Amino acid sequence: MLTQQLINGLTLGSTYALVALGYTLIFGVLEIINMAHGEIFMFGAFVGLMTVLYYKGSLLTAIIAAIIATMLIGLLMEWIALRPLRRQKGASHLASLISTIGVSIFLENLAHKLFGPETQPFPIPFTNVTYELGSVRISLVQIIIFTIAVAVMIALQVWLGKTRYGRALRATAENIETAAILGVNTRRIILLTVLLASALGGLAGVLVGMGFNAVTPTMGVSVGLKGLAIIILGGMGSVPGAMVGGLVLGVTEVLAVVYGDSAYRDAVAFGMIIVILLLRPQGIFGSKQPVRR
Amino acid sequence: MISKKWMSIAATAALSLGLLSGCGGGASQSTGGSDKSSGEQTAKIGVISFLTGSGSAYGEAITNGLKLAQDELNQENKGKLKVDLVIEDSAGKKDQAITAANKLINNDNVVGIIGPTLSGEMFAAAPIANSNGVPIMGTSTTAEGITDSGDYVFRNALPESIAIPEAVKKVVEKEKIKKVALMYSSNNDFCVSGYKTMEKTAKELGLEIVDTKTFADGDTDYSAQLTAIASKKPDAVLVSSLYKEGGLILSKAREMGLNVPFIGGNGFNSPQLVKQAGAAADNAYVGSPWYPGGSPKADEFVKKYEQKYGKKPDQFAAQAYDALYIMTTSLKNSGKADDREALKEALKGLKNFEGVTGKFQFDEKRNPVMEVKVLHVEKGEFKLVK
Repeated sequence: MLTQQLINGLTLGSTYALVALGYTLIFGVLEIINMAHGEIFMFGAFVGLMTVLYYKGSLLTAIIAAIIATMLIGLLMEWIALRPLRRQKGASHLASLISTIGVSIFLENLAHKLFGPETQPFPIPFTNVTYELGSVRISLVQIIIFTIAVAVMIALQVWLGKTRYGRALRATAENIETAAILGVNTRRIILLTVLLASALGGLAGVLVGMGFNAVTPTMGVSVGLKGLAIIILGGMGSVPGAMVGGLVLGVTEVLAVVYGDSAYRDAVAFGMIIVILLLRPQGIFGSKQPVRR
Repeated sequence: MISKKWMSIAATAALSLGLLSGCGGGASQSTGGSDKSSGEQTAKIGVISFLTGSGSAYGEAITNGLKLAQDELNQENKGKLKVDLVIEDSAGKKDQAITAANKLINNDNVVGIIGPTLSGEMFAAAPIANSNGVPIMGTSTTAEGITDSGDYVFRNALPESIAIPEAVKKVVEKEKIKKVALMYSSNNDFCVSGYKTMEKTAKELGLEIVDTKTFADGDTDYSAQLTAIASKKPDAVLVSSLYKEGGLILSKAREMGLNVPFIGGNGFNSPQLVKQAGAAADNAYVGSPWYPGGSPKADEFVKKYEQKYGKKPDQFAAQAYDALYIMTTSLKNSGKADDREALKEALKGLKNFEGVTGKFQFDEKRNPVMEVKVLHVEKGEFKLVK
């Protein structure tokens, strides 16, 4: 049974990790916490669902539609809620935090109006396809989620490390002014980051909606909080940190339910984060340098 | 765009109105609005409902049911009695339910209140209505002890303490069940109360309880709990939850190959459960006051509701629809549209009421006396278990 529970935990954890990636990218480059990321994720889930329901799209079309839609939302958010604040000299770091909270409330209510308050199932043809290995059951959905999550993370890590744009992004993350002096079009890189983070949110939305077979306008809130916790656990701005942090949180939660009480699943998970941070304040993969201002 | 100046004036006006009536409230017993000269009386009825947030689907069903009944009643009683609904959002939160109750009682001077949606909210709002002498009637509050707050607190929601034992008994007999596992949402008063009834019933029937697992409202991942339960091989699983969580539990359970009967509390009693869980909802049982194919009256209601809202009514809509009829009938019986005391007495004395959920009256503790129907989901439809 423990193996089965570990699989449950890893599936849950890989969805958390995917959500956390979006946070970590935006935090890495812009040094802001995007409180609307959970709601962007939720919109991705809904757009994917609508594609499947009304346009009879396949899972792949659903993912593509979700990614396009969430990129658009990200673009609007950057233009309306983030860029104007960046232009203001002396605007506090908290200003963008508050404006993204505004975006999140707006998006949640918009989804409520557009899609209704009910929890909707995600109809996919292979919901009940499962494989049995001894006493352990793994569903095809679990395998898909886990594989996509890992693949996306590796691809992102490689892209950041090896490509021209990836390097430009890291340079911008290091220091916007210096990167600009060195000839990086930081404005374009910032836009790219927001788009990329939103697309990851949209992808995660479709996968999570499919994985738990439930899409609701309020689903962004709790997943968003988990995502935040994970980037603190894994190290702010670190891609492998988001992956490992997500898996650790998912497994802890599942074990907390099995060997404890579900009422404390979040308490145990967050308690564990505090303990890890006491031992390693910069997070699992965080750098030792003090956080830049 | 509305100018800031106007916004602030409006806000100040609203605030001072609130303060004024807040001070004067309680002292005044008259519930303005009745226009005696034209012969038509207006009854102002307050509604507190869960309209925004995670459970807003319940509030939507309830207010839909109420509005449908309101349209019909106002047509039927034209020239004699006009029902005016003042709808407030509680967002499923106790403090907001309290604020709404205070506003309805002191600002709007309603004659009676329908709602709030959740049992937990009712436990918070009912004492306020009771101490102000305003009849308050829950349409979806099924937890134990709802009407203990006082003489003015009613409900037409079938308490789970009656529905669950009836359902469990019938299913245990039919399916020859010996071992059960229990699951419930531990952060919802209604679900905890339902769970206690389930546990008590299981013990009374001599069933072996192999495992008890909890979760929280709004959870989406139930694999940990269900994996643990499946490993203990129960003959049936009893679940006390709302339908959203219930639907997710059923899909996950069937996905994991746990194909035993699931007996749900009141939360399972919704077409949404089937819509959400799909084929996974098959072989779920629930004890219910509401069965869509129950009577010509029920059929008629389903037809009208579908016409107006484009979807099938659930138990929440049906009970809310009946609730407004119950309250309006009582107002007519009392002969006064604005007398809270007379309404209370008329509600208590209501006899032979025939609603879409069947025959109805209140017992001496202001709980409903009505028949329990046990329903079984077969191929995505609720079927009556004979």
